[in-house]
Amino acid sequence: MTEHVEWSEPEAAAAPASAAVTPADAADAARLVAFGLQPKLQPARDQEYADLLRRYREDPPFARLADAVATGLGLIVLEVSPRAGMAVTAAEDSVFAVRMGDYARRTSADGGDRFLHGLAHLAVAAMAFPRPEDLADDGYIGRVTVNGVDAFVRQACHRLEERAAEQGENTDPASDTPGLEAAWRIWARRSATGATKDARRLAGSTTGIVAKAVAFLTDSGFLQRTGDDNGGTYRTTARYQLQVRDMAGSAALAELLELGVVPVTDGTPTLLPPQDGDDLELVADAGLPFHSA
Amino acid sequence: MTSPASTDSVPPQLSAGPRPAPGPAADEGLARRLRALACTAPLHDLDARKANLAGEYSVYGMAEIALAAIDLVTLNMDFDTGADHDQVVARLIPRIAAQAPRRPAAEHERVARWVLENLINVGSVDRGFRAVYGVFGADGTYVRRDYDFKLVEEVPGPGGTVYLRTTDEAVNVLVGALDTDVTSAQIAAEVKLEVLIRRGRLADAQLAAEQARYRTVQYSETLRRALEATRRNVRAVDWLSAVPDMIAEALDHVADRYRHENAILTNIRKARDESEDPGHKRRAAELVDIVKDCIRRHTQLQSRLLEAGPLFRAEQDRQAFANPTSTSGTDLYGHLLAPLLPLPVERASRVTDAFFAHGTGLRTPVSVRVADLVEILLTPPVEREHLGAEMPEPDLIATPDDSRFSEEQLAAATELLDLPADAPRRLSGLLADARRQDPELPYLVALLAIHAASPPFGTAYRQGERKLLFAVDDGTDLVDPEFGGADLIVGTALLDAAGMAADRTEAA
Repeated sequence: MTEHVEWSEPEAAAAPASAAVTPADAADAARLVAFGLQPKLQPARDQEYADLLRRYREDPPFARLADAVATGLGLIVLEVSPRAGMAVTAAEDSVFAVRMGDYARRTSADGGDRFLHGLAHLAVAAMAFPRPEDLADDGYIGRVTVNGVDAFVRQACHRLEERAAEQGENTDPASDTPGLEAAWRIWARRSATGATKDARRLAGSTTGIVAKAVAFLTDSGFLQRTGDDNGGTYRTTARYQLQVRDMAGSAALAELLELGVVPVTDGTPTLLPPQDGDDLELVADAGLPFHSA
Repeated sequence: MTSPASTDSVPPQLSAGPRPAPGPAADEGLARRLRALACTAPLHDLDARKANLAGEYSVYGMAEIALAAIDLVTLNMDFDTGADHDQVVARLIPRIAAQAPRRPAAEHERVARWVLENLINVGSVDRGFRAVYGVFGADGTYVRRDYDFKLVEEVPGPGGTVYLRTTDEAVNVLVGALDTDVTSAQIAAEVKLEVLIRRGRLADAQLAAEQARYRTVQYSETLRRALEATRRNVRAVDWLSAVPDMIAEALDHVADRYRHENAILTNIRKARDESEDPGHKRRAAELVDIVKDCIRRHTQLQSRLLEAGPLFRAEQDRQAFANPTSTSGTDLYGHLLAPLLPLPVERASRVTDAFFAHGTGLRTPVSVRVADLVEILLTPPVEREHLGAEMPEPDLIATPDDSRFSEEQLAAATELLDLPADAPRRLSGLLADARRQDPELPYLVALLAIHAASPPFGTAYRQGERKLLFAVDDGTDLVDPEFGGADLIVGTALLDAAGMAADRTEAA
């Protein structure tokens, strides 16, 4: 950022930054943060937003001021750029944070549902960014479909089920200890869809849960709906990539390590196609994200 | 059960005999049988619970209907969809009606739906069943376990519809398994089909043809999965040998089957046309449809096979030859999702919770003023639209009206050119008249006159116009401050509308 100093306004460069802050600057900084709080707003569509973003990038004291405003509100600045805009996200315990209980009602009572909703979000991200390179590459745009996400999680569950069967393991959980049931069984057990009286998607089915997740992410400005095929198709935005890469991925990985699980991969691809004999009954249009026709 | 506590009451000859080996090995088999037994429980349960239904339903054999329903779903499920809910109900009704012919048809349908809904177990959130059984663990402790299973499950079909499929449990226990290798099963089915047709056993031939179609679709499914994985990650698929081999094999298969099925088609058509027996004829006709569908699917597979190579090369370019990025991302599937699934749900939830908390972004909290709150609470709830969600208002941009001439100018020009049939005029005179009205008008008049030089006879004829504007050049030069060229003679020709109409009807 130091090379930008000469671009900043002369009075800001001359005087110490703190002295240069005027109420108008503070209002502009807060305004920029307010733009960031409207995640669906695209900088390219709003002249004032674009101007403020440029000022953030060219005027370091202003940038620091905007960062301070965001921090004070309980926000974390992920990136400020023309493509992502003022990408901010809620810090833990911030008033802006999303709580699972507010997200889906049954989750507080039922641990299984809570897990399913969380897993749906993780699976959407895994499907959107299948390779580590995709998550790292700023230009990458991922595509997900509702049925595709469900099919791919089912496929993973199915493989675990087969592996358990090969080893002669009895995976039926002991009664009255629901917390000890293997995670994959919860997803596999839940029906993929279901007929309802009013032809809407059954909310408790796995496709219903995935659909809720993608709809929520769309509201967060993380996905954009591109069509109705395969239960709904979506593409990712720059903000989603930042959110998953800088926040969610590392947080979940840290939690996993704390549980004593150290995933080791040797760089070979992990998201493999199902085996030939893997007679998983894929549903119609499970058409995974990139599948056309 | 291995406890020898009650030796006193047990007759000595029994305790002395060979007993099954106690412990986990014996219990393994027991658990398997208990699970198989559990799959039949929902069927017995139907008969037990029919007494609770409002009305006199004891006359119906619910377990029989349920088994018939499972058979119907199994036979009707297509590879890529499943059985249609309403269709299954419709096909069940004749059997139900036969059980109680005097009852109203509405009741029959109600029974069919009740049985089907209970097989799906609509009431539970998982839409499945749970049975509890007990086994001895390796350390000799007695553990009760939950066995979750489904008999008929609902799967999403194209366009958001819901289809039924029978589960493996239902097929294994209640129908009888069908487990065969793709390639050999395909060949066996073809041979069987030929033989059956030759012998005129069309009922069996139909079954064989349906199996053959199933195998064909499996080929394209295998290919589709490989291509999807390629799109995600080229290196996840063995493009050096496995996939090319598979493609070559599938192409051979398509060529082979295509020839084969055309031959079969000819045979069945002959059987269909020569057969006397109407049942036989109908079967053969159905068989023709099935084989036609097989051929259609082969063609589909072939076109997909041809797309495979270019797709691989394109993905290879995109993925492998892209500039390596300096930062590395997390392998979300390999590092997070895959290790997470085998964990107990209690522990796995902590990871998904962490992902959820950090991955959902932010929501701006809604704050309500007390004054608004009262109003909100008093507002009657909005009735849910039965027409679906409201269409978003399209963001239309008004395009500026860039027409050269206004409507009024057009009207003036048309009026000027509305000449009597017997009095054509020179263009120069018309232009002078137009210029007196409006300095822009001569341009429009000139334009219309030039168009009239090639009058749209065809259109006028088809539409039955009564008159037509025409313009002829007789060699006179136009003298005008703004325009040059020929001083056209502009006039109106009267058309014989009635005659043309008569012509048209004749031609038609």
